[in-house]
Formats: sequence, structure tokens, C-alpha cells
Amino acid sequence: MTPAPLNELWVYLATSPLLGLTLTLLAYQAAHHIYQRSGQHPLANPVLIAVAILGSLLWLSDTAYETYFAGAQFVHFLLGPATVALAVPLYTHFRQVRRLLGPLTLALLAGSSVAIVSAVLIARALGASAVIQASLAPKSVTTPIAMGIAEKIGGLPSLTAVLVIFTGILGAALGPALLRRAGLRDPAGNGFAMGIAAHGVGTARAFQLNEQSGAFAALAMGLNGLFTAVLLPAVAHWLL
Amino acid sequence: MLPALTLLLVCQLLGEIVIRALGLPVPGPVLGMFFLFLFLLLRDGPSTELRTTAQALLQHLSLLFVPAGTGVVLYLRLIQEEWLAISVALCVSTLLAMLVSAAVMRLAQRPQEETP
Repeated sequence: MTPAPLNELWVYLATSPLLGLTLTLLAYQAAHHIYQRSGQHPLANPVLIAVAILGSLLWLSDTAYETYFAGAQFVHFLLGPATVALAVPLYTHFRQVRRLLGPLTLALLAGSSVAIVSAVLIARALGASAVIQASLAPKSVTTPIAMGIAEKIGGLPSLTAVLVIFTGILGAALGPALLRRAGLRDPAGNGFAMGIAAHGVGTARAFQLNEQSGAFAALAMGLNGLFTAVLLPAVAHWLL
Repeated sequence: MLPALTLLLVCQLLGEIVIRALGLPVPGPVLGMFFLFLFLLLRDGPSTELRTTAQALLQHLSLLFVPAGTGVVLYLRLIQEEWLAISVALCVSTLLAMLVSAAVMRLAQRPQEETP
């Protein structure tokens, strides 16, 4: 048996989903390792580093994102069942959720409105185009809802998906330290706030802090998604 | 693990079917989370097996956002043109929304704590 020439090997790797999938797992584990070695420094956020590694690899090898995603979609797919699984911690903390129903509702109304209005107004004040403003408006909401909303209000759904992830990374990286510095230490309240402002990525971070925070973040992510899906298309004509 | 994974997928599938049938503006998995929650209420809590499977999935939740985040390579040029507005809006708005939510939670809880 003669060994395959290098270019044939590359053709195989570039067309098989195996490479994209394996690289995603390797990049994330490398990123996680860096995060741990940095003493869990907020700016060493594992999602951010993994995205930077993979983005650079795609750029250096001149590979299309679609080619990469053909493999990475298997990881992406697990977002669905993982979202469903959030019901388990939510159930565990349901008694406390019921007790806090009033404060949770108020926090949802306030946080959700601030997330939408402040993003649009700041972007406009700094001269962002209408498309960017509309793509930014649903940024705090979980990706599939945000994409649907962006389409309805004149944004670019796929750009919104990227802005949503970076919102999550920012919230997860800087949020816990900010809340701590503001003297806010309630695990339920802080988890809920992270879920409202930073959806699933914030929820993932909240779970690392403690399970109670994670449960409230999951609840906030679901509620903010529903609330924004109803509110934003209704107010878009005068906000944008 | 297999029955638990199946249960998660069944809930997601039901969610996807219902939102399409009724034209709801919610993603299937979010409705699926609600269905699983109802199931847990009816069954008086998750089995040990479901709990373990959910924990395994949620432990690496951050990983699952990496493929979508890498999509940033498609928009580098557009983002480059308006990078200042985008990054300031994202930073300030995200942290402000988080701060306001947590502060409202605390203010709204205070009167409750005073009553025995």
C-alpha cells in the first residue's frame, strides 16, 4: 500500500465533518485549560478563546465557515436537548421561584427593556446604520428567538446570531465581577440577571458559580426570550 | 442515559411540532424545556438518571455556543466598519441590563424580608 499524497489527505479532511468536530472540541479544551491556568480571569473566557482559535484557523487555512460548520453542527445540535435539560435545575429550585414571583417579574420587565432600548440608543448615538441597530436590538435573547425577531424588524438574522453570542461572552466574562462590586451577592438574583442580559452563555457561567444561580438564569433566559419576542416587534416602529 | 436522552429529544420534538402548528414566536427547545418541566411536576421530580444526564449536558453548556460564535468570521468586514458603535453598545447595554435586573430584584425583595 502506498501512502496517500498530502493533497489527497487534505481533500479528505476538508470534506469530512470529522475535522471540524474534532477541532471544535480541541479548541474548547485548550481554551478551558488557558482559562483555568489564568486563575479563571474574566478576559480568558473559554468561549471567546475557542472562537478566536477556530476563527484564526479558518482564516489561515482559507476554509469556508460552511465547511467547518458541516462538522461543528454536531456540537451545535446539542444546544437543543441542553436547553430542554434546563428544566431539571429549574424544577429543583421551583419552590423558591414561586416565592419570588413578584420581584422576578419586575426584574424581567426592567432588565429586558433596558437591554433593548439602551443597545439601540447607544448604537444610534455612535452613528450605527439602521441594519446594525435592528440586528443589535434583540442581542440579549437566546439565539433562535433573536434571529426570528431580527428578521421581523429589519436586521440581519445571521449577524444577530453572532452579536448574541458576543453579548453572552461579555456578560459571562464581566458580569459576575460587576455585580459583586456593586454589592449584589444574592445567588438567585444574580443568576436571574445573568440570564436576562446574557441568555445561554450567561446561564452556562451562572451554573459554574452555583447550581441555584444557574436555575434562575435558565428561567430568566426563557422568560426574556418570550417577553422580547412579544415586546420588540410591537415597539420596533418607533424605537428604530 | 439512553432513556433520559430520549426524553429530552421527545420534549424538544414536541416543542418543535407545537410551535409550528400554532405559529408561536418561541424556539422549539424553549417550549420543550416547559414540557419537561410539566412532566417533572407530574412525576414528582427527575429520576437519578435524568438528573445525571442533564448535569453532564449542562456542565459543558459553554462549548455548545462555540460553533455559532465562530460565525463571526462571516461578518468581520461589516463589524470592522462599525466596530466602535457595536462594541460600545454591546458592552454598556449588556452590563447595564444585568445591573438593573439584579438591583430591581434586590429592591423588590426588601419589603418581603421585613415581614415575618
